[in-house]
Amino acid sequence: MVNKIWGSFIVIGIIFCIMNNKIEDMNIIILESAKTSIDMIIKIFPVMALWLGIMNIAKASGLISKMARGLSPLLTKIFPEIPKGHESLSYISSNIIANIFGLGNAATPFGLKAMESLQTINKKKEVASRSMITFLVINTSCVTIIPTTIISLRMMHGSANPNDIIFSCFLATFISLIGGLIIDFFLARSSKK
Amino acid sequence: MNQISNLILPIIVLLVILYGFIKKTNLYDEFVVGAKESFDMIIMMFPCVLGMILGINLFLESGFLDIITRTIKPLFEIINVPTEILPISLIRPISGSASLALLNSIFTTYGPDSIIGRITSVIEGSTETTFYVITLYFGCIGIKKIRYALIAGLLADLIGIIASIVVVNMIFS
Repeated sequence: MVNKIWGSFIVIGIIFCIMNNKIEDMNIIILESAKTSIDMIIKIFPVMALWLGIMNIAKASGLISKMARGLSPLLTKIFPEIPKGHESLSYISSNIIANIFGLGNAATPFGLKAMESLQTINKKKEVASRSMITFLVINTSCVTIIPTTIISLRMMHGSANPNDIIFSCFLATFISLIGGLIIDFFLARSSKK
Repeated sequence: MNQISNLILPIIVLLVILYGFIKKTNLYDEFVVGAKESFDMIIMMFPCVLGMILGINLFLESGFLDIITRTIKPLFEIINVPTEILPISLIRPISGSASLALLNSIFTTYGPDSIIGRITSVIEGSTETTFYVITLYFGCIGIKKIRYALIAGLLADLIGIIASIVVVNMIFS
């Protein structure tokens, strides 16, 4: 999908640039994009390093796993089909906590583990179970406290206060999480009938 | 409200360090190890960002998008939503790097502190690359029928986008 979209961007871009007589601008853009992307990476890099450093302390001190354990009682309500104490619950909560703290790299392995574990209690192996879809919805709403990439990009563009969107981000992801779970609940119920 | 946003980061850092102190963690050593991980992430990110900046910038410069935006503009004006947020909303579920490239060009044009800059920041921060997550997670355990997963994921993204517009308008105006 991404391959086709990227290809179309470039094909449409070049054809329409020629049609709109923007040939010189087009040349500048092709060469400038290399510079823009390295600028972006260089600006994102230090903020990301800083955050991963802080979060590694939280991982090593056991804070992250402690918070993941605290999440379990809530999860048994969201995932009624998972038997109590099943290992998938601990993977799911680790994935959610890692996502909240912006540890994308740590969240993905937990997410894959959670899916594998959910597959062991799935009755039809080729069909997504209700729990799998609920977990997916939680992942796509992705509650994050500190969106590091966005903050560093705002910094790079000279924002007066790059952090001032943190609270709005948190509120918006929280709303989309709750909304997503409600939608998931009703879709699951209607698909059963 | 701004005060809350400004306090979140320092308070989290304080809590993490305090907890580490109590648990006698090697604070500085662990910080260095964690920060080092960013090298791998950046190296992985660079080619994706490069490709997407090239694609998005050519696409934006061509004027193709202006034709589409002009057609839907009246519809968006009725509900009082800037059309500029449309491209990023459409691209976000498909590619993270592409939406980041779009965010970059929006910041260049409108500035990160404009209302459009803020709404798109929050959209980027509150939605996910749903298609990628579905392909990755379901692909690796061999699920063939995803049932209502895509609809549910995309609807959750849509709620995130609407929530972003409402929340930013409430807090910053």
